[in-house]
Amino acid sequence: MTLWNAVLLASIVCVGLKAIGYLIPPKVLEAPRPARVADLLTVALLAALVAVQALGVGQGVVVDARVPALVVAAGLLLLRAPFLVVVVAAAATAAVLRLWGWAA
Amino acid sequence: MQARRATREGLGVALATSAYGVSFGALAVASGLDVWQTCVLSLLMFTGGSQFAFVGVIGAGGLAAIPAAIASASLLGVRNVAYAMRMAPVIGGPVWRRAAAAQFTIDESTAVALAQTAPRARQVGFWVTGIGIYVGWALSTLIGALLGDLLGDPRAYGLDAAAAAAFLALLWPRLRERQAIVVGIAAAVVATLLTPVLMPGLPVLIAALVAIVVGVFNWFAAPGSTGGFVEPDDVPEREGLP
Repeated sequence: MTLWNAVLLASIVCVGLKAIGYLIPPKVLEAPRPARVADLLTVALLAALVAVQALGVGQGVVVDARVPALVVAAGLLLLRAPFLVVVVAAAATAAVLRLWGWAA
Repeated sequence: MQARRATREGLGVALATSAYGVSFGALAVASGLDVWQTCVLSLLMFTGGSQFAFVGVIGAGGLAAIPAAIASASLLGVRNVAYAMRMAPVIGGPVWRRAAAAQFTIDESTAVALAQTAPRARQVGFWVTGIGIYVGWALSTLIGALLGDLLGDPRAYGLDAAAAAAFLALLWPRLRERQAIVVGIAAAVVATLLTPVLMPGLPVLIAALVAIVVGVFNWFAAPGSTGGFVEPDDVPEREGLP
């Protein structure tokens, strides 16, 4: 499959999911179990993506400048900094550590 | 009066959210997508968590990770089903109106709408936020993608660290209940442990099983809580994802 096909297929699935929600009778949401699973699914996927983006390099696990950058991001989130500030500060941390040769 | 407040709130959220479309655009190009593919994701997929996941998995695993990238993006889109179910009675009206609303049904538009009390203000909040972010997000994605194209080596600018921070910022407002915190930590550990043994993309999908198991059996729930869908109250005001 080409990257273009993947972009289109994933997009169509996501649009379809939004549309499906308008067709399901709202009663289904009142059942706690599917609602809870949908909620926790988001948490698990995002947390796994944090871990893989911060530590993964292909099939390896490597601790490098991304880890201190993530610590800076977490600190800013604790201080309720906005999204863009958090992301830019993390990038700057990693970039500076690499520039100075303090981390790979 | 209430409708005017909803408009103001919606525009504020749209402005703040659109700003970080720049980071999505730059990350997507750094992950190997071209400028057009990046823009199509923002125009067609239009749900930030899924978009970041898609480019993140492609960035880690390349073309071999395409199935995992599609699956990750789709699974993260599942929560929009719940939002759409919430919004259906709020939007009301003829079928075409709900069909048009579907694409704009994201974290922020749902949150701004449900934060209003009057039915009219809820509708205004939904449409202003949804359409405002759609336009702003598309423009800022293009800017980010063009900038990312100029930058060159993404690591020198810390763009790989920016991706991790972006996911953390998207996750943060959801970590209020003990159950969510346990699931988040467990999923991160599972994904890390599986990274050396599975092809890129799969560890993230398997980590998602943690959520299904914990959710079905309702383990680690706070006493007295039935779990259930939590409305994203202050998510958009701070850092929600479209």
